[in-house]
Amino acid sequence: MEEVADTKARKGGARLCSLCDQRRAALKRPKTLEQICRECFYKVFEEEIHQVIVENQLFKPGERVAIGASGGKDSTVLAYVLSELNRRHNYGLDLFLLSVDEGITGYRDDSLETVKRNEIQYGLPLKIVSYKDLYGWTMDEIVKMIGLKNNCTFCGVFRRQALDRGAALLKVDKVATGHNADDIAETVLLNILRGDIARLSRCTSITTGEDGPIPRCKPFKYTYEKEINLNQICTYAYFKRLDYFSTECIYSPNAYRGFARELIKDLERIRPRAILDIIKSGENFRISTNTKMPEQRTCERCGYISSQKWCKACVLLEGLNRVCQSWVLGEAKALIMMAERK
Amino acid sequence: MQLTLEFGGGLELLSNSVKIHNVNVELKNGAEKLTMKDLLAWVRTNLIKERPEMFMKGDSVRPGVLVLVNDCDWELSGQLDTTLEEKDVVVFISTLHGG
Repeated sequence: MEEVADTKARKGGARLCSLCDQRRAALKRPKTLEQICRECFYKVFEEEIHQVIVENQLFKPGERVAIGASGGKDSTVLAYVLSELNRRHNYGLDLFLLSVDEGITGYRDDSLETVKRNEIQYGLPLKIVSYKDLYGWTMDEIVKMIGLKNNCTFCGVFRRQALDRGAALLKVDKVATGHNADDIAETVLLNILRGDIARLSRCTSITTGEDGPIPRCKPFKYTYEKEINLNQICTYAYFKRLDYFSTECIYSPNAYRGFARELIKDLERIRPRAILDIIKSGENFRISTNTKMPEQRTCERCGYISSQKWCKACVLLEGLNRVCQSWVLGEAKALIMMAERK
Repeated sequence: MQLTLEFGGGLELLSNSVKIHNVNVELKNGAEKLTMKDLLAWVRTNLIKERPEMFMKGDSVRPGVLVLVNDCDWELSGQLDTTLEEKDVVVFISTLHGG
């Protein structure tokens, strides 16, 4: 391996890692533009996450923590890094994997295979909750009913609740998700574009829902998506494979977030720091005292946290069931008419 | 020039679901070297069978696509100006999906 590295040394500009000065530089960190080798990258990556966890007091010893695991690269790396840091720095946490099955054939069933592999690889107990069990509908059924225009709205709302219910079943104290800096910057932009002041004021917090049943935290808040990818790719190159599932959800092409994502990616190319700076701007927004903010209450139908009489999930479900009824009624009417004609 | 090209992260769907391609790329007339810029154009013409906008934007790869040349981030070797040699391995990985 090293001989090949030497002859191809000119590919990396024959540069040595700027941190250890021993090994050949293999990548350029987006965050700092340092040119470093793989080993130093792993170390720096993991220790920075440790710093974020400590400085923001994300966990307490003895806590039961569920890692929201989709089988994708972010949650796979999160599962690995958290279990590694838990061991290395003695966080004293009880870690679990929590997965949501939305019922998307050809997408979710594949990514769940990845999570099941993660369960074995990292020795973390896995719990799967499904839309079918919780709501009576799979995403496949929902898309059949309403098409591809607003399906992501349904899925996003349902998933949030599903995670909370799964966490309650596991009796955990906290949920950790793999949202990275790119995701949070996209969310800030989305909320600005939509004028969603309430969400804008919350979306950059590293821990949310502390006043609710189960708080959530995002250890990757300051981690560039590119670095998570590089982490994956380094391991892939070394054949210590961290498996992860890597395709776009088949129902997502029209999601509004896609536009925010394109914008962030283009910005990153010109000025990589823009991602962290957008987050910083979001953290420092102050809402004018004249702005009326929604109040927090509970849903009258299911008891979940809500700012309206009914929570969004219940509103969406009611809509689905009505469409379904009218469709069924429509079919029934058509059948009756056909029978009468005969 | 013999090269091995790999597609990952969903990009393989653009090339008939084939992940690894062993290819022979002809240099342009009078050209002495093959750069990544040349290779990208070649890939778009010869390997990408659908939705080329998912792979490239302008002269370069779409933002969010990572490129490794012999296990090294192409940012280190000059991105589009990287020169390629016989038997090099180039990996393209799309990162534009949920995690």
